[in-house]
Amino acid sequence: MRLAFPLVVSALLFSLGVFGVLVRRNAVLVLMSVELMLNAANLNLVAFDAWWSDALHSGQVLTLFVITIAAAEVGLGLAIVLLVFRNRGTSDLDDLGLLDESAEQEALPDDWLDMDGAGRVAPGREAAS
Amino acid sequence: MNGVELAFVLLGAVALGSGFLVVTTTRIVHAALWLAVCLGAVAACFLLLTAELLAWVQVLIYVGAVVVLVLFALMLTRAPIGPAPGAPRRRVLLAAGVAAATGAVLLLTALAGLGDEVIDLEGAEVGGAEAIGSALFRAWVLPFEALSVLLLAALVGAIVLSRGRPDEDGR
Repeated sequence: MRLAFPLVVSALLFSLGVFGVLVRRNAVLVLMSVELMLNAANLNLVAFDAWWSDALHSGQVLTLFVITIAAAEVGLGLAIVLLVFRNRGTSDLDDLGLLDESAEQEALPDDWLDMDGAGRVAPGREAAS
Repeated sequence: MNGVELAFVLLGAVALGSGFLVVTTTRIVHAALWLAVCLGAVAACFLLLTAELLAWVQVLIYVGAVVVLVLFALMLTRAPIGPAPGAPRRRVLLAAGVAAATGAVLLLTALAGLGDEVIDLEGAEVGGAEAIGSALFRAWVLPFEALSVLLLAALVGAIVLSRGRPDEDGR
C-alpha cells in the first residue's frame, strides 16, 4: 500500500479537527474535535510503524499510550466542563471569559484574592484590602 | 490500486465524511454519534495497517468509553436536542481558512517528502496481542508504569473535581 493514503487521510482528519475547535463554541464539542486531531496523529503513527517494520513496534505502542492519555484527558476535561456548568449554568466557551479583561463579566470584589471558596474573606486579611 | 488500497480509501472516505459531520452538524447529540462512526472507521484503518490489537483497543476505549462519556456530558450539561443555531458566517469562513491552510501544509509536506514510499504490508509483522505485549513489557515498560500513575492521578483528579464544594464544616 502506498504510504500516501494514510498520510492524506490523517492530514484531512487533522484539519477537520482544527476547523471544529475553531468553529464550535460548546465545550464538549470542542473536546470531540480534539479527539479527531488525536486520531489523525494516531493514524500517522500506525502508518509509519508499518512503513518502517519497526521491531520494537514504537508507533503502535505510542498510539496505545496516546489512546490512554486521551481517555484520561476526556475524563478530566468533562469533569471540568460539568463543574463549570454547575457553577455558571453554561458550557458555551464565549460566555466563559472570566480571564479575559475585555469581557463584560460580573465585577469581582476588590479583596477577591483573600476569599475562600464560599466567598468569605479569610480571617486576618480584612485590613489588607 | 489493489484491494487493500481500495478498502483503505473507502474507509478513509467514511472517516472523513463522518468527521465532517462531527464538526458541522447542528444537532449536537448527532455529532457525538457521528464521532463513534468516525472512530470506528479509523479503527478499521488500523486493522488494514496491521495494527490488530490497536483496532480493538480503539473500539473498546474510544467508541465504548469516550463516546459514552461525551454523551453523558451532553446530557448533564442539558445540551439542546433539536438543531442549535449555527456559528456566525464570519467565524465559519475564518475557521475554514485556518483549517484549509493547516491541511495544505500537512498534505504538501507529507506528499513532497514521502509521496512515493510504499508500505510492505506482506512483510510486516502483524501487531497482535503477542507482538505488542512483548514490545510493551520489554522495551516500553517504564513509560507504561508512568502511564499507570498518570491514570491514577487523572482518576483522583476527576473524583475531586466532581465532588463539589465543601460544606460549612469544611468536609
